[in-house]
Amino acid sequence: MKLLTINFLTCARKTCKSTPASFPLHPKEAELEQVETEMNPLFLRNILPRLDWEAMRMLTTELGLPNLPAETPAPEELVVATTTDLDAGNGDDRASGPSQMARDLHVLLMETSIASGKLVCGNCGHEYAVKEGIANFLLPSHMV
Amino acid sequence: MDADEAKGETYEEEHVHVVYEQIASHFSSTRYKPWPIIERFLRELPDGAIGLDVGCGNGKYLAVNPDIFIIGSDRSSNLASIAKRHPPHSVVVADILYLPHPSRAFDFAISIAVVHHLSTSWRRVEAIESILQTLRSGGKALIYVWALEQESSRRGWTEQDEQDVMVPWVMRGSRKAAHAGEAGGGEDRTFHRYYHLYRKGELERDVQLAGGEVVEAGYEKDNWWVVATLRTVV
Repeated sequence: MKLLTINFLTCARKTCKSTPASFPLHPKEAELEQVETEMNPLFLRNILPRLDWEAMRMLTTELGLPNLPAETPAPEELVVATTTDLDAGNGDDRASGPSQMARDLHVLLMETSIASGKLVCGNCGHEYAVKEGIANFLLPSHMV
Repeated sequence: MDADEAKGETYEEEHVHVVYEQIASHFSSTRYKPWPIIERFLRELPDGAIGLDVGCGNGKYLAVNPDIFIIGSDRSSNLASIAKRHPPHSVVVADILYLPHPSRAFDFAISIAVVHHLSTSWRRVEAIESILQTLRSGGKALIYVWALEQESSRRGWTEQDEQDVMVPWVMRGSRKAAHAGEAGGGEDRTFHRYYHLYRKGELERDVQLAGGEVVEAGYEKDNWWVVATLRTVV
């Protein structure tokens, strides 16, 4: 399960959802893997402003991953103008491509995944298992 | 005895969840063509829209639009494993009545052929409420359920028929397995899934009871559908 997804998950218990402590869920004993996916710069640009950035930062810190910038990166930080060899003389000498920051964010949000481990609710402490990259939110019957 | 009394979670476990878990792979191989109204709903969303596919099955609707972000969920972990092959989308295992998502956060939700598997009227309303609660202001949910009125289908049900039914799923035994002498491999196996077949107007009523507002509704190929929003409390 890619890290992006965790920004849209809470505890499944109704009593927890209304408490701020149920979001974000906290990783425990997480085995990480890189799942290579094609980069879609437009997708990244659209999704970033929708993320709870503080929660995203908390997650990467808890996983021991490199720190994210303090604020959500602005759209212009995601692209760089690439200057092609002017001598090639093929007209268009400027194009834009994804910046290093965009590439790093793609790797971190879209490719870095929890292969196995647990996601823990900060309110009730319930642990949801992640197996083969899929988190299981079914509650035992005494908890529903 | 109230017929509903005997039903509920345990009943669904036996007559819905266990069945899908067993037929997952065969079921998935027969579910690949998206229905037009659902496909259009997903394609018309603005790029970067974020939403849910509640009861995503094998994830066939996760393949429609790669410029939006969908978190699919299914009660069957076997189906969820099949559904996870659709980047950039994600899949989790979850129960429709206990969705692991923040409230009022999503631009859209779809739930296709799911709500009719809940076995009491109250649980169906609760399921719809659970979906609607995830929507942010202006967010829309597209919900499909099987119709009672399907005279032209091979099942031929009409409005006079019983609404709570068991529908068979026949898994053909493979000849190869029979040849190899695998136990049970060569025989056809029939599974029965519980369905509540919706009457005309019933889905709209359930949406109202769930605190929703119907924006659009219709009938397509043996199914009733609605597009609904969460009613804003003034």
